[in-house]
Amino acid sequence: MSLLSVEDLVVRHGLLQAVRGVSFNVERGETLALVGANGAGKTTLLRAIAGAHPQASGRVLFDGADLSGAPSHKRVGMGIALVPEGRKLFVEMTVEENLLLGRTAGRPGDWTVDRVLETFPNLKPRRHARTGHLSGGEQQATAIGRALMSNPDLLLLDEVSLGLSPLVVDRVYASLQGLISSGTTIILVEQDLNRALAVSDKVICMLEGRIALAGDSKSVTREEVTKAYFGLHRKSAGGVSA
Amino acid sequence: MNGSPNAAILSAAGIHKRFGALVVLDDIDFAMQADEAVGIVGPNGAGKTTLLSVLSGAFPPSAGTVAFKGGDVTSLPATQRCRLGLVRTHQVPKPFGGMTTFENVFVAASHGAGLKRDEAYEETLASLKLCGMLGVANRRAETLGLLDRKRLELARALAARPTLLLLDEIGGGLTDGEAGELVETIRELRRRKIGIVWIEHIVHILLQVAERLICMDAGKIIADGEPQAVMANPQVISAYLGGGPK
Repeated sequence: MSLLSVEDLVVRHGLLQAVRGVSFNVERGETLALVGANGAGKTTLLRAIAGAHPQASGRVLFDGADLSGAPSHKRVGMGIALVPEGRKLFVEMTVEENLLLGRTAGRPGDWTVDRVLETFPNLKPRRHARTGHLSGGEQQATAIGRALMSNPDLLLLDEVSLGLSPLVVDRVYASLQGLISSGTTIILVEQDLNRALAVSDKVICMLEGRIALAGDSKSVTREEVTKAYFGLHRKSAGGVSA
Repeated sequence: MNGSPNAAILSAAGIHKRFGALVVLDDIDFAMQADEAVGIVGPNGAGKTTLLSVLSGAFPPSAGTVAFKGGDVTSLPATQRCRLGLVRTHQVPKPFGGMTTFENVFVAASHGAGLKRDEAYEETLASLKLCGMLGVANRRAETLGLLDRKRLELARALAARPTLLLLDEIGGGLTDGEAGELVETIRELRRRKIGIVWIEHIVHILLQVAERLICMDAGKIIADGEPQAVMANPQVISAYLGGGPK
């Protein structure tokens, strides 16, 4: 049984159908990269899986259980944690306080504040600092750590490199590599295709709310993803080759 | 304001736009002929909509000049540029609530184009017909669905009698069939010799109309030319998909 099965999922933003009948599976221990242009539906899809945005139709099955109607805090308790785009930290609270909050809706498990600080060593000296005073990289590490504190089976990472310098992104990804190696199942939205392909087992490229390409990250080419990304694989594109 | 037949109908020189410390447009030079259909692409935050706003007069540039039909329009407000034939649509349709579709378009014909009552009436009907909206002419605009709101945005712009139409992401959120209808409408505008500048995230739609493509990134134009060549440009692909280590 797949850890996550998304079946014909439709998600709306008012008049706009942002996710249009998407289906895919994620196996336990896999890392899935979601790529696609702005407005393709990646963030909406992640938020719908996390229960942060209501689905219009379709199903999300987690470990065989239908999550339809389950609020986000219940999903955290079942083992799904979202690291939202923009981090959404409690900026007046310290790193430690943010991390401890992550545990409140979660499950019992091995993640502790100390273990998060070991995973993200740059946070160690900032343990008692207000997160509003942290650098972008430190904030991102705190946001990921807060999600880990709920002891998730599935970690949803939305644009973890957004707004960070390349050096800091390298550090964040080095820490993520440790999580991946330890068997954490991850779905990550990443704009940088090379990085997404390097870190993941499978890749899905979304276009206008649909899956334009799905494949094995090691075998799919940058050219194939580029065509799917821009919709240039369609006949209506006028035979444009990229 | 008269230019020679070969002069650019719209040009921008040395355009900078800053919002506080944030530089959104960084020394943009742009020119187009009256009969061109120019597509503009680029990742979020590239400065595309801000450029359209500077060209249309919604924002003054921090530096640089905009010329339309041979005259300097840098200091003209959007309303006066609209009367000259430089008309834009907006990314998020904002119809006048409490008014019907017809009344929304009539406002554009009477105030945007400056037409008298009977002429504005005829222009309104023609624009509604072209955009396939006669059937919803008497519906209140706030009851329209997404496709019809986008059509209304286009119909309003057409009723202002543009020589040059600046389109900001009118394809977003449409189904394949709806996008096809939109492309057909814009092709009809091309047959009517209306110049087009079209910002669009949905590249495969844009490429069905654009004869020239510009890619922006971080406030600059990074590629400008034949659409296939621009989309195959490694710098353009990196702007979207990054170039991090594999």
